[in-house]
Amino acid sequence: MFRSFRFRPRQLILAAILMLVGLAGLFYFSGTDVRLGTTDLTSLGLLAGGLIFYSGMLVIVAMFESETVLSIALLLPSIVAVAIFVYGFIGWSIRVSLSQWQGLLPDYTWAGLKQYYNLFNNDPRFLIDVRNTAVFTVGFILGCLIIGLGLAILLDQKLKGEALFRGIFLFPMSISFIASGVVWAWLMNPATGDRLTGINMIFHLLHLDFLISLWYTNPQPWGMAFTVIPAVWQLSGFTMALYLGGIRSISDDLREAARVDGATEFEIYRYIILPMLQPVTLSAVIILGHMSLKIFDLIVALGKQDIRLDVPGIYMWDTTFKADNYAQGAAIGVLMLVSVAILVVPYLVQNMRTETEI
Amino acid sequence: MNRRAATNALFYLILIACAIVFLLPIYLMVLTGFKPFNEVDLKTMWSLPTNGLHIENFIAGYQQLAPNLKNSLMMVIPEAVLSSLLGSLNGYLLSKWKFRGSNLLFTLILFGMFIPYQSILIPLVMFMQFIKLYGDLPGLVLVHIIYGIPITTLIFRNYYAGISTEILEAGRIDGASLIGLYRHIMLPLSAPSFAVVIIWQFTQAWNEFLFAVILTNQSHWPVTVALNNLAGSQLVQWNVLMAATLLAALPTLLVYIFLGRFFLRGLMAGALKG
Repeated sequence: MFRSFRFRPRQLILAAILMLVGLAGLFYFSGTDVRLGTTDLTSLGLLAGGLIFYSGMLVIVAMFESETVLSIALLLPSIVAVAIFVYGFIGWSIRVSLSQWQGLLPDYTWAGLKQYYNLFNNDPRFLIDVRNTAVFTVGFILGCLIIGLGLAILLDQKLKGEALFRGIFLFPMSISFIASGVVWAWLMNPATGDRLTGINMIFHLLHLDFLISLWYTNPQPWGMAFTVIPAVWQLSGFTMALYLGGIRSISDDLREAARVDGATEFEIYRYIILPMLQPVTLSAVIILGHMSLKIFDLIVALGKQDIRLDVPGIYMWDTTFKADNYAQGAAIGVLMLVSVAILVVPYLVQNMRTETEI
Repeated sequence: MNRRAATNALFYLILIACAIVFLLPIYLMVLTGFKPFNEVDLKTMWSLPTNGLHIENFIAGYQQLAPNLKNSLMMVIPEAVLSSLLGSLNGYLLSKWKFRGSNLLFTLILFGMFIPYQSILIPLVMFMQFIKLYGDLPGLVLVHIIYGIPITTLIFRNYYAGISTEILEAGRIDGASLIGLYRHIMLPLSAPSFAVVIIWQFTQAWNEFLFAVILTNQSHWPVTVALNNLAGSQLVQWNVLMAATLLAALPTLLVYIFLGRFFLRGLMAGALKG
């Protein structure tokens, strides 16, 4: 494994210094409570000390001249972080979801699948959440795909001002879901009659009163469908950019050949370009789908805790941190993870396989 | 030819209509922000200000959010810098020093980018309480860096994969080590990728809500949490709220307007893997 060991005195001194400084840091921060204002620096100090100590060890590892070992050693901090914070914590959450932990003190008494059973059988709120997520996901994906593809085709016509339009359609992506939810809550103000305002007001001014809507306060599931509007506003531009990239990567020769064969512009899109965009649609569905399955902040800002617009992300938050029902909260979190994993894991595996082949 | 002109006109019409709809929320925020208090009425929501431009709403909004804007800034800057450094190192190793299982390792890391954070929230809170970083900004920075590892690694890995291995081999013949190659060849070539990742992480952390609301206490709230709180309060006039929303969104909007090119590349990295 180690091809050779090259002794370098100067590097050894460096390693010794780093390790000593690291150890001193570890020692110092483990002994006292170090504070800066209200901030507790103890663990950050320990982390820094540990990393300095580790970098000293890396200098020694580097002397062994094995790239693989050094490469893994350099990756190790990230690997450990991801192993703990992603996989370790997922395992821990699963364990909590199988317990009967209710209240502030941890209680890991085994309860089996009780939480999951209850969510699906005795919990109307969770069933509303599942339905809402389904409505949101379908509406959001379809909305983004249709509008995104439409805009991409329009922008593909080599019109003047393309860059400006592209910029306008993309900018909502840079705004937070919270800010977007706050603004759209006002735009989609459901008040009628004298208090008419927002987009409804525009409809009224344009004499399009029949369009005046109760928006997300409509009876379910239609109300939920309206929460899709801000989300589509934010991400259809992203979908457009994906499609535009896909369309632009199709060679002009192909289109020219079809034109020579007498195909109309419409037929070129229908029979040549659209079929070639399928991989783009697939990645768009996966990116958008995983966002909508865990949608949270937008609904928080838009729905203001309206139970009719509840989604699993909000339920998890409520039940865990407001009602201290940790076991149930963990179970909801795990179910959210499962739904995302079903969508994403095949894609990741496929991606890994094709890459390994090359 | 006439027909072509007609269709083009139609296309423009559709594009302009769409652009108006897309700009509506921003228009409302700016418009309302510049109206004086006595002109703000739900009835005249869409009318232009009649008594000249006023900035009282922005001042009031700023007064509400100032500490939180500062919190966000103090969290986002170290977060973006540190996570880009980490991502660069990881991306270099996982693209240029592949070992058995490195693709599997990369895929396992990548999965962390898709998980709903509700599925790790309970252990995370307990862990942060245990290491005494709960409630404050350094803890939030640490969490953003760690959960940013997948996307930053991905962006850098894709970028480095496009840099030819021949440069590295030339450097190797000259006797450069793995770290030497990184420092003297890869790092100087990485500026565009650093721009992408820093901008991406900046935007993500600035806009993030779930970690922020769970892991910080009120005096350390970033701007998203404070804005959501402001929106839920009955005491705040809605015109002030619109101005505050614009202020909260402004940093990422400016980043988008001036550095949109890099922003777009970060966006695409999540969808198209090289």
